[in-house]
Amino acid sequence: MPKLTIEELDKLREKAVAKLRLRESGENRGKVTIHLGTCGIAAGGRQVLTALLVEVEKLGIKDITVTTAGCAGLCSREPMATVELFGQAPVKYVDLTADKIKKILAEHVVNGKTVKDYALAIGSERVG
Amino acid sequence: MPYRLNVMLCTGTGCVSNGAFNLLEAFKTEIRKHELHEEVAVIPTGCNGFCAVGPLVVVQPDEIFYQKLRVEDVPFLVQEHFLKGRPVKKFMYTPPETKEPIPIMSNIPFFGKQMLIALRNRGLIDPENIDEYIARDGYKGFTKAITMMTPKQVIDEVKASGLRGRGGGGFPTGLKWEVAFNTQSDEKFIIINCDEGDPGAFMDRSIVESDPHSVIEGVLIGAYALGVKQTYIYVRMEYPLALKRFYIAIEQAKEYGLLGQNILGKGMDLEIEVHRGAGAFICGEETALIRSIQGFAGEAQAKYIYPAQKGLNGKPTIINNVETWANIPQIILRGSNWFASIGTRGKNGDGGSTGTKVFSLVGKVNNTGLVEVPMGITLREIIYDIGGGIKNNKKFKSVQTGGPSGGFLPESLLDLPVDFDELLKAGAMMGSGGMVVVDEDNCMVDMARYFLDFVQSESCGKCIPCREGTKRMLDILERITYGQGTEDDLLKLEELSRLIVESSLCALGGTAPNPVLTTIKYFREEYEAHVKNKKCPAHTCKSLITYTIDSKICIEKGHGCGVCRKNCPQTAITGEIKKEHRIDPTKCDKCGICFDVCKFDAIYVD
Repeated sequence: MPKLTIEELDKLREKAVAKLRLRESGENRGKVTIHLGTCGIAAGGRQVLTALLVEVEKLGIKDITVTTAGCAGLCSREPMATVELFGQAPVKYVDLTADKIKKILAEHVVNGKTVKDYALAIGSERVG
Repeated sequence: MPYRLNVMLCTGTGCVSNGAFNLLEAFKTEIRKHELHEEVAVIPTGCNGFCAVGPLVVVQPDEIFYQKLRVEDVPFLVQEHFLKGRPVKKFMYTPPETKEPIPIMSNIPFFGKQMLIALRNRGLIDPENIDEYIARDGYKGFTKAITMMTPKQVIDEVKASGLRGRGGGGFPTGLKWEVAFNTQSDEKFIIINCDEGDPGAFMDRSIVESDPHSVIEGVLIGAYALGVKQTYIYVRMEYPLALKRFYIAIEQAKEYGLLGQNILGKGMDLEIEVHRGAGAFICGEETALIRSIQGFAGEAQAKYIYPAQKGLNGKPTIINNVETWANIPQIILRGSNWFASIGTRGKNGDGGSTGTKVFSLVGKVNNTGLVEVPMGITLREIIYDIGGGIKNNKKFKSVQTGGPSGGFLPESLLDLPVDFDELLKAGAMMGSGGMVVVDEDNCMVDMARYFLDFVQSESCGKCIPCREGTKRMLDILERITYGQGTEDDLLKLEELSRLIVESSLCALGGTAPNPVLTTIKYFREEYEAHVKNKKCPAHTCKSLITYTIDSKICIEKGHGCGVCRKNCPQTAITGEIKKEHRIDPTKCDKCGICFDVCKFDAIYVD
């Protein structure tokens, strides 16, 4: 018996590809940023991030980058997240919990519908 | 939980010698300390290429590039970037011209003009993890070959790609394979040539260190096409990391059934044996390499018959260099047309140089490192756009391509497109891809002497023109740098060169005079200054220069500060504070320390 057949090699590849996706700067549909300044971490931002990462893997979402950034400025409303879908205005979500981020992922990121109840503002910030 | 960050830490030999393994430990410790180990993975990779700024990491998915990291930088970096999501500017690459840090790797000019085929996985995978290679379409070219192509079709595909041997000679790979294919024999062999000895060259080492499976896959394809069951890789002992990673790769491939018996259930058998060389330049030459594997001294033999017809143990043997093998999987997977569309094409669509070439860019350029560029790119683009220009704002003088047997090209040829044929026409060669940049402070006679000294010591000694001829040439060059040369010597050098080129057994002798011939051709005036005026214009040849103190400047500007006197190791400088200083020429060793320490430019060299 061969140790590995071509079909098994292909399966192995599919599994390994998911692990490496993080390193490819490929075509992405958007980005979810969890704000992890000291305030964000203290308010539980890390738990929100963990929940988001687990959920992204569970749903098999491949075209979204999950990243972190520093304090977004509104420390009293942490944990916060920014959802940016390509070609749309960024949306800031506040007072997050693990359950809230899951809902945001399902409704906003997957279905493109902003979760108005948790949103602070849409495209409110300017740079420059 | 999936990782949200991958920290790609370069552990090529360059970065390792700058402490990359310590950095790896520091990152792991620090990440664990902040309990980030389930979110942030540190992955050791092979050479990233930008050796000048190592040790370096690239943080994915945002492609943030950090350079020159030290162990003590790690806690801050982990806390700021990985924990709080604030990329740290002070560790980013900052070009000297703009002084503005460039966070994203692909925006750094060094990486921008490159095109990766042989190095396609560099910095992207852990070379010690076969799964990561497989994820990047690894072994897909091989499975395509064994399921969808006949051996003949594989050879035709390699032929059509126009791939030429990356070891130096540039012989068409497909043609070589075809010769072995058409030779009847009960047994055939493949040898992977990973013996590179050119000063300043490290292409093959880096490929094996960063992506050993690409070489194994290339060999699998070649072995399928030629019906080979036994292969050898010849690695010099000076490459311990490459050796280690290759051993690991072989073990992993065996475990998966990609090497050994009945590969992937397709009835193909293949073994790879590692042969460790003792590090002789000549052993990169095919016939000498074969002799070495057979247990004899590495001596070249005349190639009346190609090794592809009669090589190892008298059987047809394909020897290709590491870079050539690394190209094969991509050619089979993506097709010969894709490969042939990159690079240059000769007249009537044949000849030319297709694909890319890996160069190790070293010497007096700002961005030293490993670069892969499409054939046909100009020397200027490599040296200025990728290499970032000459160090310390000095003036470019020459670039040597092709290692010790290559040639020195002058500034007027900077726009030469780099391919096998164009370089040969200019008197240089592609060689295995060493590229040494020389600035105004280098004496071209001395450079020729250095490289001739190298080939002279590395000559296997079998044939007289190479053994004795290079020695005679070296004698003459040494005489010239000592100021004892005559105009007659130039004629003698040219005559000896011609003789050695014509009558040497192998390419080592056949190309050994190249540095001398090209320097005489393009920098004749420097030779003439040495022999006629007994001067070294670059102020390098010690016998031809003198250091003198300008007493006026010494007293007026420096007030006889005496720094030169205190620093002179030969106690050749005399004088008192506030008084004139003098150098005793009989004692002076011409080390140049006085020149370097004088803050008032009172010392001049002539």
